[in-house]
Amino acid sequence: MRATEDAQMDFEPSEEQQMLIDQVRRFVREEIIPLEAGLDPDASELDPADHARLVEKTKAMGLFGIDIPKEYGGPDIDIVTRVLLAIEMAQHRAGLYVPCYGTFGGAGLAQIFEANADQKERYLYPTLRGEKKAFFGLTEPSGGSDPARAIQTRAERKDNGWVLNGAKIFISNADRAQYGIVFARTDASKGRAGITCFIIDSDTPGFHVRRVVHTLRSSHYATELEFKDCWVSDHQVLGEVNKGFAVANDRLTRQRIPYAAGCIGVAIAAHEMAIEWCKMRSTFGEKLANRQAVQWMLVDNEIDIRTARHFTLEAAEKARRGLPFKIEASIAKLTASEGGGRVVDRSMQIHGGMGMTKDLPLERWYREMRIRRVGEGPSEVQRMVIAREILGSNLR
Amino acid sequence: MPFKVRLDKPWRPLTVEEATRLPGQLGVYQIADAAGTILYIGQAGGRSPFGLRSELQREANERGTGQQFRVEVNQQYRSRWFELLMVHKADHGSLPADNEKNPPPNLGRLSPA
Repeated sequence: MRATEDAQMDFEPSEEQQMLIDQVRRFVREEIIPLEAGLDPDASELDPADHARLVEKTKAMGLFGIDIPKEYGGPDIDIVTRVLLAIEMAQHRAGLYVPCYGTFGGAGLAQIFEANADQKERYLYPTLRGEKKAFFGLTEPSGGSDPARAIQTRAERKDNGWVLNGAKIFISNADRAQYGIVFARTDASKGRAGITCFIIDSDTPGFHVRRVVHTLRSSHYATELEFKDCWVSDHQVLGEVNKGFAVANDRLTRQRIPYAAGCIGVAIAAHEMAIEWCKMRSTFGEKLANRQAVQWMLVDNEIDIRTARHFTLEAAEKARRGLPFKIEASIAKLTASEGGGRVVDRSMQIHGGMGMTKDLPLERWYREMRIRRVGEGPSEVQRMVIAREILGSNLR
Repeated sequence: MPFKVRLDKPWRPLTVEEATRLPGQLGVYQIADAAGTILYIGQAGGRSPFGLRSELQREANERGTGQQFRVEVNQQYRSRWFELLMVHKADHGSLPADNEKNPPPNLGRLSPA
């Protein structure tokens, strides 16, 4: 994408970006989709040997660790290009939540880059080397959409450290991670200014992964956590005491852009399937493609995809330029998750009975896309964020 | 209200005839020896031709007589399978013997209350 510093934005990929897009598209079609054909329709992981082989390929492509900042050894790819590639990486059955089965690596949690030098040695660098995995512990049974007020997990001073008591829910990967970032209330009188972010090792006494939370995603699950007199030292505070909410909020805003990109990728894949199907399938002596009702569904798909793509690239471009992008990130997340859901739904309708089966990826995308309207801030919160910006930030 | 994390249905004899009575739906199952020690936790996933029925028919043919089974119909067969494996490991310190031979990669850990 070429962009000047003035207000104009050109959303056509540059020649260099197009080469990378083509490279990733080939990888998805030639490496991922053929392997996927032999997996359970709800699988979220490759055979370890296949995974290792494909990681070597992404390394050879120069795209491994694509989200890792350059100063930490990442491939120095700007956020706009990463969005364009994320759209490609999502275009397979497991792609919405596990793009390319993680073979492009990951940067771990964005917040851990804010850690101090000691914490970076203990957590960030092992994570970047693939030696440690992390979870993000924000949402609680009392609510997730308004974390600043909903957080009831308490951290109280004791013995030069903190004792955590409380629960978290809908936490992904906590059962597999070596550590997590956990938000707890350290000053009950201060609302969002009374929350602190802690790094909790999974083997800390008093930390428990109590149960699996089953959702529409059979491929993966969330967990419920309990903190019971879980003591951690001051060295485990990430950032400053009582300033944890800013850490959480920054992450939530940034995460909305790649989240939107995944929805767009799946929407494109579903739309392309629908186009192919209606050119092939006949009913009552006529191709589906010749029926106006089907044509209009395809047109609505196209409009939903283009709208979401435009707003997501706009958000990414503003982030790349260092401009405020909170409202744009919300619009991107909203249009991509809602529009993506509509595209998958229409594509299933065009496929008829076959669209409902596990023979095709549409039913998995349908289930998983539904979650996207709630995950990373539900549609209603995105609309609230946008409304606040339009009407003034003093709306409470 | 979360459903029970442990399967506690009565055991049924693992025979082809008994398996043939099962529904063709997706789900999870356990196989135990005659004393009730769980030997294997399996899943009937989206590629099983007749879901639980064909998986248990295959198990009966491969394992022979003297074992028992129980099933749970579950569309979330995959996350439920992971859950049952983790709960078994938490309760007994290891996976069932036949799962231990080929454990799923990156199995997590639970400490159910």
